[in-house]
Amino acid sequence: MTVETQNLELPAARAGRRWHDNRDLLGALFMLPAAAILLVFLAYPLGLGFWLGLTDAKIGEAGHFVGFGNFISLAHDAVFWLVVFNTTFYTVVASIVKFALGLYLALLLNERLPLKSLLRAFVLLPFVVPTVLSAIAFWWIYDSQFSIISWVLIRLGLIHRYIDFLGEPWNARWSVIAANIWRGIPFVAITLLAGLQTISPSLYEAATLDGATAWQRFRHITFPLLTPIIAVVMTFSVLLTFTDFQLIYTITGGGPINATHLMATLSFQRAITGGFLGEGAAIADAMVPFLLAAILFSYFGLQRRRWQQGSAD
Amino acid sequence: MSDLGRRDVLKAGVATTAAAVGAGLVPEAARAAWTNQPEPKASLRVLRWKQFVEGDIVSFTASTKKFTEKSGIQVRVDTESWEDVRPKAAVAANVGAGPDIIIDTNDDPFKFPDKLVDLTDLADYLGGKYGGWYDTCRAYGTHNKRWITLPQGVNVSCINYRISAIKKAGFEKIPEDLPGFLKLCQGLKNTSTPAGFALGHASGDANNWTHWCLWTHGGMVVDPKSNVVLDSPETVASLEYAKQLAATFVPGTLSWLDPSNNKAFLAGELGLTGNGISIYTVAKNSPDPALKAIAADMDHARYPIGPVKKFTEQNLTLSAYIFKYSKYPRAAKEYLRFMWEAEQYNDWLEASNGYISQPLKAYAKNPVWTADPKATPFRDGADRILVNGYAGPLGYASAAVMGDFIVVDMFAEACSGTQTPKAAAARAAERAKRYYKV
Repeated sequence: MTVETQNLELPAARAGRRWHDNRDLLGALFMLPAAAILLVFLAYPLGLGFWLGLTDAKIGEAGHFVGFGNFISLAHDAVFWLVVFNTTFYTVVASIVKFALGLYLALLLNERLPLKSLLRAFVLLPFVVPTVLSAIAFWWIYDSQFSIISWVLIRLGLIHRYIDFLGEPWNARWSVIAANIWRGIPFVAITLLAGLQTISPSLYEAATLDGATAWQRFRHITFPLLTPIIAVVMTFSVLLTFTDFQLIYTITGGGPINATHLMATLSFQRAITGGFLGEGAAIADAMVPFLLAAILFSYFGLQRRRWQQGSAD
Repeated sequence: MSDLGRRDVLKAGVATTAAAVGAGLVPEAARAAWTNQPEPKASLRVLRWKQFVEGDIVSFTASTKKFTEKSGIQVRVDTESWEDVRPKAAVAANVGAGPDIIIDTNDDPFKFPDKLVDLTDLADYLGGKYGGWYDTCRAYGTHNKRWITLPQGVNVSCINYRISAIKKAGFEKIPEDLPGFLKLCQGLKNTSTPAGFALGHASGDANNWTHWCLWTHGGMVVDPKSNVVLDSPETVASLEYAKQLAATFVPGTLSWLDPSNNKAFLAGELGLTGNGISIYTVAKNSPDPALKAIAADMDHARYPIGPVKKFTEQNLTLSAYIFKYSKYPRAAKEYLRFMWEAEQYNDWLEASNGYISQPLKAYAKNPVWTADPKATPFRDGADRILVNGYAGPLGYASAAVMGDFIVVDMFAEACSGTQTPKAAAARAAERAKRYYKV
């Protein structure tokens, strides 16, 4: 149709309007604003971050190129390696628990429940409350002198002295992980719930008629069809957990003895509080391989969609 | 600013001095001349640390308003907790935009001294008029003999203690020597009103007492030539002492941030801690009889003195500075001058109820220090402190070492037993070298 229309036009008019009709040119033109936004707000800061990591820049000073000097120094820094361990442990444990509990919650909320809408709204609450506010609440909950948990346990006669939630390294790690889980579950649960609702009920009906058990229905219908959503949700969940800052900054400040410092908080402490932008940027750069791994996980997870749509895996 | 307004500002300065001289707060011979012509139609943005004592910001805001009325210069004051002022100042310095004036902590401005307006004329004027600057405040104000900040005061930390608790432990007053102080803390533990000092990343409280403990034993991060000498027998001795002291602390101090000891003390859980006057102020002004009883039963004392035989306290020092990117540096100077003049400064000092100790010697005569004897130990804070990064110069590295909590972490490692004092000192020295090297 388009071709016929073009043939009816005069050559001069055609030449004048040629660039209008050039789909490639127009496509590039329309993409320009988005590309500019990405360049200015994503590529440039990222590039600058990498560059800073290769310099000895301090606050107020541009610094000089030092190659991999900052990374070599970090490789010999016991605090840095402790923080890498903390971050990995925090991310792995919190993400697994958030996924398990989030999926369980999503399955529950997908059932026919009384006051279903209200329940779904309640589930979102931890995610809606500003992180700093919930962090302050946890700071009180874990307080070594005023913890409500310790108070209740003492009243029940189960313990005899207040639990030192944040003053002992492993207690502190588990405590901040629990706070992160509490905050992160709604995101996982609500997103998986959205995924669950896209699964056609007829599949379950057919399976039920064939005598499938609840576990078989989950294993052979729910889980495979939910996989693409799980891949996306878990990628985001891992990214958000790995780069967590507010909870740690508010609840522990990275203490005790750096036991809860994450790479993001250490990067901030060294770059902004300490003023050594170069080293802070190098710590942030060191997060990239981990984040890339999470993105690749998502990419390969999403490939399963082809298999689900009937083409070769 | 109109000519009339400007004359008003200058007249206000003269009137202020006259009033202060009359009140006996200013040595008469110390008056100096001041001339400054603010830019026309100037307006200012000020970022300062968030108040811990309500009276502080009430007085500060009222004086700012008075300045605007007299000069016609609009001033917007924003407040942030002092840990948050630091990153904002860093960003402002780096991007060359932001508030005209920042009132910041410690040696932070020494990270970007070249970005700051020279305040030598203003500092000389105020110093000449108000009895001179304390030496430590002069150190916090000058870089290469040029004033880059105007010290606002010292947030003095003292030993806060319950009178009844130390009596129960067998003491009438806080011992002035280290063995006596340790014995007192052991006694407090035995009588179930233990001591507690922050060992978490508490910018104020944790740095205060750990630096005091390090310095009073003769330890230091660097020597005067900025060579890292932290891994020394004196440092190890200070860590061994701190370890014994920490064994007497209430549980949980490893996680303590700045507000933690305040709330534990006000809840009656603590017999002794290190803090500013804020605990006392809150208790005294509270309508709650339980808190009033705590105020009546508490008092303050200076930190004990160790082998170095001199005061070696570390306190948060507050300083105002003007960025060169400001379009109105002269108006900003005029604002600072107005706020530091006796009429405003004395009012602010009194309203702060001793939370801040003066940087200018004449203000030591302010009645806030004698009206309530419990405030007196806070008066001479500027005379008892050592500057950050002692015994080296103030600068990027001293600020960075404190910002990265190197000394606090060293004490936390030794006190918790996760490292031996010797290993903790060696690890901290390695970390400090990184900052003093680049």
